[in-house]
Amino acid sequence: MRRFAYMVPKSLDEAVSMYVSRGERARYIAGGTDILLKIKEKKIFPDYLISLKHILCPDRPLFNPENGELYIGAFVTHRRIETSKTVQVRYPILHDAVKNIGSVQIRNVATIGGNLVNAVPSADGAVPLIALDARVNIHGPKGERSMDLLRFFLGPGQCDLETGEILTEIIVPPLLPRTGSAYLKFGRREAMELPLLGVGVVLSLREDLRTCVKARIALGVAAPTPMRAIEAEAFLAGKPINEMTLEEAGKIAARESKVRDSIRGVAWYRREMVGVLVKRMGQKALERIQETESRR
Amino acid sequence: MERTVSFTLNGTETRMRIEDHWTLLHLLREELGLQGTKEGCGSGECGACTVLADGMAVNSCLYLAAEIDGKTILTIEGLALPDGFLHPLQKAFVERGGIQCGFCTPGMILSAKALLDENPAAEEEEIKNAIAGNICRCTGYVQIIDSIRSVSGKAEEKVKVVAWQAGEDQ
Repeated sequence: MRRFAYMVPKSLDEAVSMYVSRGERARYIAGGTDILLKIKEKKIFPDYLISLKHILCPDRPLFNPENGELYIGAFVTHRRIETSKTVQVRYPILHDAVKNIGSVQIRNVATIGGNLVNAVPSADGAVPLIALDARVNIHGPKGERSMDLLRFFLGPGQCDLETGEILTEIIVPPLLPRTGSAYLKFGRREAMELPLLGVGVVLSLREDLRTCVKARIALGVAAPTPMRAIEAEAFLAGKPINEMTLEEAGKIAARESKVRDSIRGVAWYRREMVGVLVKRMGQKALERIQETESRR
Repeated sequence: MERTVSFTLNGTETRMRIEDHWTLLHLLREELGLQGTKEGCGSGECGACTVLADGMAVNSCLYLAAEIDGKTILTIEGLALPDGFLHPLQKAFVERGGIQCGFCTPGMILSAKALLDENPAAEEEEIKNAIAGNICRCTGYVQIIDSIRSVSGKAEEKVKVVAWQAGEDQ
């Protein structure tokens, strides 16, 4: 591999100042499974790699029972999210997604922040977090800022990070009562493969356990960036959740999607599958609400 | 740039000078001569280079040597006892045909070890999940999964294969 100097700052400010003084010749690195690959493939040629792995921060997702928010440090590995009991119980949509990213070897090292900043249309980590209305915190030379994760993605491989900025934290706002969620990575195989399509659905119901209060439908590989099917969400709000309404929501989401032909699948098939999978994930989210409520 | 790293390698305290751009795979194979760890794709797809870092399976081809400072590294060379007595997983792979060409075997066995250390009674689905990042082009995985199951205590009685006799209608 090409030579570089590896730098190990202990704080965000130290990392940013290292970056600022070296400019274009530096790259941040966390797990490194993407950056090292790009160096090996001679796509990037950094002279300095600034590691974010040794910055002191919680190494696993933290749920705050006071305000109901979930905090995930950007340098938390996929494996830590996968094995988190909190995530398994409260945010199954996120567990569904991270458990099939890469392989155990990759998940042990690769970070959720790295998955997001790569901004690939297929990012399995992004879709469930968007469906959960997550926000991200960013730290940079000019200080801190925060934005909706949905707005963080600008195009394939492009995210809203300015020079020297670091994605530091993902915040999932409190879930409404009676919320269920599910994600499916759809492709030829689950592991070690980019999805043909990623579909995440979050549903919150009224006390009758039928009527939808709020719906979120997020799609991966259905547009240049991860997207929300906003019309389909609006269609479900206030309606009873059943096979018919979910089927209709699937059709609307399919129309909203901006699927393309690619090496992994053709557009018409993808569009068709958006419909099928939105319905299926809606049903799974519904089942999960019923399961949780029946245990109360 | 150079730096000194201290780590435990297969049970032995080790301290050495390394270069920042070395991968752990390079360190093991080229600098230390431990060639049990294989390089397949070099890009984290095949798992042939799998080693354990603090008990976790990682692709050593995408893992910087600089990151092993303070860690415990286990490679396939560290699995058998010094007198050559094999680890139960190694024994199972030998006895049950989990090995054909052998190129994937070190990584496969280390992925299996990481799983069983955490979950000694792993079921078939958990085994498949644990070795999803280890590609084998010979065995078709059946014997590999069988080998790991025999150690996780979940091995089923071998299904009797009915051999049709030549000439018999079927």
